[in-house]
Amino acid sequence: MTVSSKLTAMTASATAEAVRSGTTSAVDVVRDCLWQIEKLNPVLNAFTDVTADRALTEAAGIDEAVASGANLPLTGVPFAVKNLFDVEGVVTRAGSKINLENAPAKADATLIRNLSRAGAVLVGGLNMGEYAYDFTGENAHDGNCLNPHDLSRMSGGSSSGSGAAAASGMVPVTLGSDTNGSIRVPSSFCGLFGLKPTYGRLSRHGTYPFVGSLDHLGPLARSAEDLSLVFDVLQGFDENDPAQSDRPVLATRAELAKGANGLRIAIAGGYFRQKLEPEALAAVDKVALALGASAEIDIPEAARARAAAYVITVAEGANLHFERILHRPHDFDPDTRDRFLSGTMVPAVWVQQAQRFRSWFRAMMRKIFEHVDIILAPATPFSALPSGTRAITLGGETMPARPNIGLFTQPISFIGLPVVAVPVWPDGSNLPIGVQVIAPAWREDLALRVAHQLERDGIAAAPVARI
Amino acid sequence: MSGKFDAKSHVAHMEKVMGLTIEDDWRPVVEAHIAATQKAAELVLSFPLDEEVEAAPVFEP
Repeated sequence: MTVSSKLTAMTASATAEAVRSGTTSAVDVVRDCLWQIEKLNPVLNAFTDVTADRALTEAAGIDEAVASGANLPLTGVPFAVKNLFDVEGVVTRAGSKINLENAPAKADATLIRNLSRAGAVLVGGLNMGEYAYDFTGENAHDGNCLNPHDLSRMSGGSSSGSGAAAASGMVPVTLGSDTNGSIRVPSSFCGLFGLKPTYGRLSRHGTYPFVGSLDHLGPLARSAEDLSLVFDVLQGFDENDPAQSDRPVLATRAELAKGANGLRIAIAGGYFRQKLEPEALAAVDKVALALGASAEIDIPEAARARAAAYVITVAEGANLHFERILHRPHDFDPDTRDRFLSGTMVPAVWVQQAQRFRSWFRAMMRKIFEHVDIILAPATPFSALPSGTRAITLGGETMPARPNIGLFTQPISFIGLPVVAVPVWPDGSNLPIGVQVIAPAWREDLALRVAHQLERDGIAAAPVARI
Repeated sequence: MSGKFDAKSHVAHMEKVMGLTIEDDWRPVVEAHIAATQKAAELVLSFPLDEEVEAAPVFEP
């Protein structure tokens, strides 16, 4: 391994510290990062747009700021974003062919601005499933994004490039979006820590939507500390996102050292322990054992919650894309086209009932969280599937693979609860699988504390993939 | 919901209502998707919700 490639294997917090202390420069970090992208991207197809000139200019500015005594939390940390984020001067693809005809974005998305202000350096836009309606990482227009830990397998989606880029060491941190599981699924398949914050926590301004009722943005990284570091600077009220809450910023990094101390932790039973492969069950049990958690709790109506999220997703998504699906169906990825077409045919009564059920499910979960602080559940029912898998058999039932990858993520994002997906490595396997550490609304700090302890204790880890 | 959901008829009807283009080789997949959505909706609709339960206008967890 060359000296330079060690730079990109570093976490964001280590990189920031190295640049601040003068051990290396932001320009060197970014050059190394661009070299890694050049070397690895032809294999993985994680990046669709590389903003090299901008990155080098910004890095030079960071080095000047450091020389002047600036002390920013993400000094010189390279990052990349799912290509549904607006990047000034770049067309926001949202994984599609149609949106490539749009004019380049006039300004960066709010979250990119927040990271840049903290000293981070954007290096590009990342592959994703078309219009974020995907769990696989497959894309008919830009090509499939591959899993860095096994190139024959799915990266997971829809934030596929966000998973592959961070897991392969191209960048230490990426941003993704999660409507039904699109941060947690690639985190599970690619072996990363992924944070889906509380719905309404982070501004979505300047990102291309999918399902306004359920869309979240968040980071993926190779350590829990990095998630915390990034999450703390991503926050801040933005009146341009109509669904964002004006709650005060939650500072999580100083809380990490508390670990799981004093937290009441339970394992999600019933629905969350039925249709899954042994590795998913074993991963949850390994995490639970390490945390001393043995109580199983039932989450009533989880299957209905997932069904309701499914109905809202297809209908709201089809509404957003109605003009395009009406006039240009041939320009869609076939895998999303047929679902959007079907979504134009959903009776309003179905959707409204699903939205009302959401209120019921939220009230019920609030009661559960009066008695526990953290709930553990699988992130995916299995490790990364071989690319192109169309059907799976779970609990003796054969079902389509695509939608069921999100079996366990969907009921949770349905009511916007914060989750950290932590990567666990089954004994003897080179494929990771994620466990969801689920906290009450607005308590990302609790999930991050638990994730940090699991990492510290060697239960969860996100090593750079060897390619 | 009462009666068996007929995905083929539903798609054929809604295709005209909405003015959609559905090629022959897309049709079975579109039908399978709306059938899956109907199955999900049936599960949601079969849950007895009190009439005072409202959807959240701006959802806050």
